[in-house]
Amino acid sequence: MKHFISRRDFLKVAGAVGAAGALAACGGSSSSSTAASTSASSSAASGAAGGNVSISLWTYPIGSWGGTESKLDDIIAAFNAVHPEITVTYETLDYQNGDNLVTSAITAKETPDLIMEGPERLVSNWGANNLMVDLSDLWAGTEEDIAAVSASVVSACQLDGAYYEYPLCMTTHCMAINYEVFEQAGALQYLDQDTRTWTTDDFVAAMETIRDSGLTAVPGILYCGGQGGDQGTRALVNNLYSGTYTNPEHTEYTVNSPENVQALELLKSMVDNQSLNANAGFQASDELQQFANGTAAVTFCWNASNKAQYASQVTFTPYAMAFPSDDGVPELCGGIWGFGIFDSGDAARIEAAKTFIKFVCDDENQAAESVRLTGFFPVRESLGDVYEGTDQAENMGEFASLMPYLGDYYNVAPNWTEQRQNWFNMLQQIMVNNTPAQEAADAFVEASNP
Amino acid sequence: MAQTQKANKAHSSRVLARRETISAYLFMLPSLLFFVGFVLVPMGMCLVYSFLDMGIDTSAATFTGLNNYIEMVKDPTFIRSLWNTILIVVVSVPVVTAFSLWVGSAIYPMRSKMRSFFRCVFYLPVVTGSVAVTVVWKWMFNPYNGLLNQIFGTTGFDWLGDTRTAIWCIIMILFTTSIGQPIVLYVAALGNVDKSLEEAAAIDGATRLQIFWKIKWAQIMPTTLYVLVITTINSFQCFALIQLLTRGGPLGTTSTLMYYIFDMAYNYQRFGYANAMGVVLAIFIAIFSAIQFKVAQSDNG
Amino acid sequence: MSKTKSSLDGQSRGYKIFVVIVLALLAVFFIFPLYWILTGSLKDAITINARTPQWFPLEPTLDNYVRLFKQPAIQWLLNTIIIAVAAMALTCITAALAGYALAKKRFWGQTVLFSLLVCAMALPKQVIVIPLLQEMSALGLNNNLLAVILPTVGWPFGIFLMKQFSETIPTEMLEAARIDGASEVRTFVSIVFPMVKPGVGALAIFTFVNTWNDYFLQLIMLQRREVLTISTGIARLQGEVSSDFGLIMAGAALAAIPIVAVFLMFQKYFTQGITMGAVKG
Repeated sequence: MKHFISRRDFLKVAGAVGAAGALAACGGSSSSSTAASTSASSSAASGAAGGNVSISLWTYPIGSWGGTESKLDDIIAAFNAVHPEITVTYETLDYQNGDNLVTSAITAKETPDLIMEGPERLVSNWGANNLMVDLSDLWAGTEEDIAAVSASVVSACQLDGAYYEYPLCMTTHCMAINYEVFEQAGALQYLDQDTRTWTTDDFVAAMETIRDSGLTAVPGILYCGGQGGDQGTRALVNNLYSGTYTNPEHTEYTVNSPENVQALELLKSMVDNQSLNANAGFQASDELQQFANGTAAVTFCWNASNKAQYASQVTFTPYAMAFPSDDGVPELCGGIWGFGIFDSGDAARIEAAKTFIKFVCDDENQAAESVRLTGFFPVRESLGDVYEGTDQAENMGEFASLMPYLGDYYNVAPNWTEQRQNWFNMLQQIMVNNTPAQEAADAFVEASNP
Repeated sequence: MAQTQKANKAHSSRVLARRETISAYLFMLPSLLFFVGFVLVPMGMCLVYSFLDMGIDTSAATFTGLNNYIEMVKDPTFIRSLWNTILIVVVSVPVVTAFSLWVGSAIYPMRSKMRSFFRCVFYLPVVTGSVAVTVVWKWMFNPYNGLLNQIFGTTGFDWLGDTRTAIWCIIMILFTTSIGQPIVLYVAALGNVDKSLEEAAAIDGATRLQIFWKIKWAQIMPTTLYVLVITTINSFQCFALIQLLTRGGPLGTTSTLMYYIFDMAYNYQRFGYANAMGVVLAIFIAIFSAIQFKVAQSDNG
Repeated sequence: MSKTKSSLDGQSRGYKIFVVIVLALLAVFFIFPLYWILTGSLKDAITINARTPQWFPLEPTLDNYVRLFKQPAIQWLLNTIIIAVAAMALTCITAALAGYALAKKRFWGQTVLFSLLVCAMALPKQVIVIPLLQEMSALGLNNNLLAVILPTVGWPFGIFLMKQFSETIPTEMLEAARIDGASEVRTFVSIVFPMVKPGVGALAIFTFVNTWNDYFLQLIMLQRREVLTISTGIARLQGEVSSDFGLIMAGAALAAIPIVAVFLMFQKYFTQGITMGAVKG
């Protein structure tokens, strides 16, 4: 019987095995500790000794504020020259995975302190879910300055009296054509180069001319998939017959209005006669790449930031244009970008984050540069023309000339995230599945309206 | 000594049983820690969440009873995703199994150099990695600069954007990454088939087909069952392909339950609903596994 | 019928040739994606986007790799290796112990426990992702490689496999050891483990390849660029540049080359290991 002493032995070995396992695991994590610890320290260790605070910043690709070639290091260096006591770490997101990462971070309660995006996420999503800090105190001195540029910026950044975004810049989303292809095909006659506008009929004629010229593989691509870039197709549909996306109060979607349905039917007929291609598997970035490759003669997802991103790849002149409209007066969608602060409950970090925002957006030496790095236009009247006298001036001129066409900013309508998916679904229904436009648009409205 | 033991047998067997139970659990302790901690506990939380109306602000969750489950029945995308999942499993499992058996038996009689060459080739997509394979296919499927349209001269045809082709593209790629392991398994299993039985049967005048079904098939049955299990798991869990290629589109034709749950949780931020679907799926899978296992056991016995 | 006959032992010469041709075509089809990754990664943007395919990069460029290594790609590779090796080691140790107990011991709760493990075997991670994420953050492991390693080890497939292997250990040997007075641990180390070693090998390969190829858990648990793995790293690149296939192929090549190289070097052990997993099952 006494041979049977196993339990103790077993415990010893089990312990050893467990320890070995733990070691293996720790070994695992410690070799990656450079990575793991930097990430932990940024959000965990905050109000450390000596008043030093460490905050983290996540940015979506907004000009040089994100993307693969971001200039964030320069910006942070400039900030640290003035505020050496605040350490800023950053993470650049993209539109395909970025939302997932933020959702993960929120669920894991490890949100960044600062995030740079537009009101549709900062206000309508995270702000509405009580995850953000009210930035009213930042707005106190600048509201007038911002309102002087656009009242819709002011209203877009707030929800129920609280400001969840402090905006830095804005732009109008437009489209672009391959100038040389249009020239060779003889399609330039259809556009007004002084105003960068065209009518719906001219657009149809131009696309048919391009199709018949055979200069590009396809005249244009209507991308019907993906997460982002919906502003392009939305503006296209709305402008063709001057429809609206929502009612004036931004409480209901009006995509099934006769104007919009007519526009959708027109686009469908263009797809059918091959003066446009519809790709359900394509998202905006795929379409942009094909435009940059010279495969398609137009892109519906253009702005200064995209122009800069593809500048090194294009071998032609991408020429910015307003979306075509029946009355020749386009209403372009605006993009507003700025900062929000996730509520970490840590007063020191929130204060530091505000200091950073204030520096970036309002410091007299930095603010103009901050805007220039986005490649967009300032939302503060006092900044004037930030591109004047810089080598970007000429480049930005074409986009500046489109700014007056800025239309209603309706991106604060309810269920914004859901409607985006519904929008792409609707396009797929009509373009790929041959569902009647009215039926698909009704389905969109029913699914998206609260 | 021996007699004393006999006398105490009833008592000591109970003691032994207890000892055995304790030692068994001690052996299983490390595994169980992981299993309970990272599978069972989350599963339990999942069950709780499924009764909540919970969004991204988890602190604002409210009890909603069975509403999430009721919604599921009425949700066309859920139904569609369920069918797509079943379609993928029902198509890919038999095809992968039959095809790998064919390749296995075709390369088994070859010279060993040839055999290992083919084995390697078919295993290559497995080790290339699912994401790497997915992105290269994405490129090949690209309507404008993808290889397929260049070869077929069908510029602009949107393989992944067409409701008729998208899911078959997914199944095809899944197929290339799934058959490597079964082929290796079948080659080995055929090597273990008892030759003497075959010869004896041949002498008895059995046809080759009879020999195959009665003798070879029976002997490779355990391998087949294993192949069925891993292929089913693989097909059920294919996620990277869908998330990176189609995001469930066009029009939900490639949305699987796995993708839809992720989509609901992450893109729509409806945690309660996503977890309710998770619970249903877990039950579904548990039943399926149990049946498969029972079948396997009875066949083995 | 006659075709089926000949396919069994390959009597017909014609059929044999047919088989070789079909297999050769299939081989091309299976090798091609890897070939296209490697050559694609060496092409410049113009060649990649050309409307006629260039089957071989006539003017190879390393530009894509230069751009790739502006990202912490080596760190991604290291992270992937750490995750795969740690998950493999932990799974093998824990599963070998548990599998033995399940196969060779009779204990209270055995049937229930085993059924539970079998039912959970095919459970996709998507089901439990939200609770798992919360759990990891409660443990302070968000953005930590352990957040991927631990749930991988919790997956009960390894236990199942090791149980099947341990069934083959003759009970008499265990009895004999017990009568000789060997402790449980001794028995495990000197009798059980050597006998299930091939199974451990099979499980090791299986876990390593699966973890290397895993994507979902990594996508959810790891957000910071420095803790990404090679899979999530490529996915991130794809999100950023979408159709910049040169850069994406460079990433894919970086993901594929190490493990393909290991596989080709050790393919004999690989195939043996994989085989072990099933034939005993």
